[in-house]
Amino acid sequence: MSMQIAKTLDLKGLSCPLPIVKTAQGIKEVASGELIEALATDPGSVADFNAWCKSTGNELVEQGEDGGVFRFVIRKK
Amino acid sequence: MTTVNIDRSIDARGMPCPGPLMSLIGAIREGEVGTVIEVLSSDEGSKTDIPAWITKAGHEMVETVEDEGFTHFIIRKAR
Amino acid sequence: MPAKVVVLGGGVGGTLAANLLAKELGSDAKVSVVDPTGMHHYQPGYLYVALGQANGRWLVRDERTLLRREVDLIIEQAVRVHPEAGTVQLERGGSLEWDYLVIATGARLVHDQIPGLVEGSHEFYSLEGAQRLREALRRFEGGRLLVGVAGVPYKCPPAPVEFVFMVDEYLRKRGIRDKSEVMLLSPLNRAFTIESASKVIQPIMEQRGIGLTTFFNVEEVDPSAGTVSSLEGEKAEYDLLVLVPPHKGQQVVTESALADGPGWLPTDRHTLEVEGQERIFAIGDATNLPISKSGSTAHFEAPVVASRIASLVRGTAPRENYGGRVMCFLETGNRKATVLRFDYEHPPAPPQPNNVWHAAKWMFNRLYWETVPQGRLPENLPMPIPTGRSES
Repeated sequence: MSMQIAKTLDLKGLSCPLPIVKTAQGIKEVASGELIEALATDPGSVADFNAWCKSTGNELVEQGEDGGVFRFVIRKK
Repeated sequence: MTTVNIDRSIDARGMPCPGPLMSLIGAIREGEVGTVIEVLSSDEGSKTDIPAWITKAGHEMVETVEDEGFTHFIIRKAR
Repeated sequence: MPAKVVVLGGGVGGTLAANLLAKELGSDAKVSVVDPTGMHHYQPGYLYVALGQANGRWLVRDERTLLRREVDLIIEQAVRVHPEAGTVQLERGGSLEWDYLVIATGARLVHDQIPGLVEGSHEFYSLEGAQRLREALRRFEGGRLLVGVAGVPYKCPPAPVEFVFMVDEYLRKRGIRDKSEVMLLSPLNRAFTIESASKVIQPIMEQRGIGLTTFFNVEEVDPSAGTVSSLEGEKAEYDLLVLVPPHKGQQVVTESALADGPGWLPTDRHTLEVEGQERIFAIGDATNLPISKSGSTAHFEAPVVASRIASLVRGTAPRENYGGRVMCFLETGNRKATVLRFDYEHPPAPPQPNNVWHAAKWMFNRLYWETVPQGRLPENLPMPIPTGRSES
């Protein structure tokens, strides 16, 4: 599966709920079907991104954590 | 009543917040130099507030006209 | 054939109007809300975030959870309204048809209108700004803290006054109040827009050693010199500067040639129709009415717009009018607040700040999500003044 990221959002250092707020804003800039990548350090991000994707219908394709940075790859619906 | 062309009229009667003066300041800031703004105010305080700011900010009070229960303030942005 | 009602903006005004319309009209209408992000912010909360009194988490919710099931939510940027064609163009190229349009798009912040504002000052008019200001306050060890206004009109006229009271309290709690000077730079010749409220507030400011500079409309900030200048020709020095940023109407409004110069919609003060447009209504911050830009204004206007559109859809004469009702709390620190209640016919008579109104404000903060956008808050709260709605 192609993992061509159309846009990366650097949300490191932002406190909840800003990571989600900024993602909701940033996802407007990609086309339907494209992938965006969000990088966040806020521990609440995991729950927030899962909930937001479920609620908006954007697909959470991949999520992971590395050295305190949470990475989410989302496909715009 | 003046024959000056009014570029913008603000009816602030019965609206104490943000108030006629603040609405006037906004209109002055947005307008070009020379623009003529009319503010309608039913607030007695405007009779002192508006002239006081106009003097301090360096604009021109073209005319003040009393009407029934309110006042027309006509101001020109001078700078 | 159901009437198509499109609401631009999913803030308090738009959400409430959409819910009331859907409830009232049922299958007689198809109601849609268009919002760029689908996230609903409780903006009064930013102040508390800035002062470290609340977490940002409770301020933002998914708009979908606030709308009735039968209301469509379209998460897209509206770019232009075509009044004659009865359509609204969306950013990704689509277009929506409407029979009736409600414009509740609010106000946007235009930081770059004031030179030096971004680099030299802080604000609590956005979530991000409030969080940054919180961090700046944590690092503040004393000095001159100035609070001012960089553009009028702006949302929530009480906010700068509330901020000075609350930051005074904050600095006392941190034990650095005696090392600090707190000053309010007011655009007017008094602390607050409403004269009767200023008479209540100013003595309290004096007691607490909070300074007041009058007729100071911010024109420019010089971050390297640490000064802020007014269009009245004065300059003040600061160590920490908090400014209300300039506000404008949203671009969809200016792009649609419906607005006046700064981008506000010319609106009838009673019917809330956009001037010259029988099928377009405006609610809240988006209007050009010289009335408070506040959530409460939108809250009281929305039922009038919903009622008028419902009448039009049903073919009956609209009867509801907006009477100018506004209700705003004003926090004065130390768990006290006063309240400003007025309408076009009745000026405000604010009480001496007390614990009861502070408790009422916090009850409102907590109950907001479950009541206001859904239209569950009883219209006739205990008020000595009429509701501000009248029938023509």
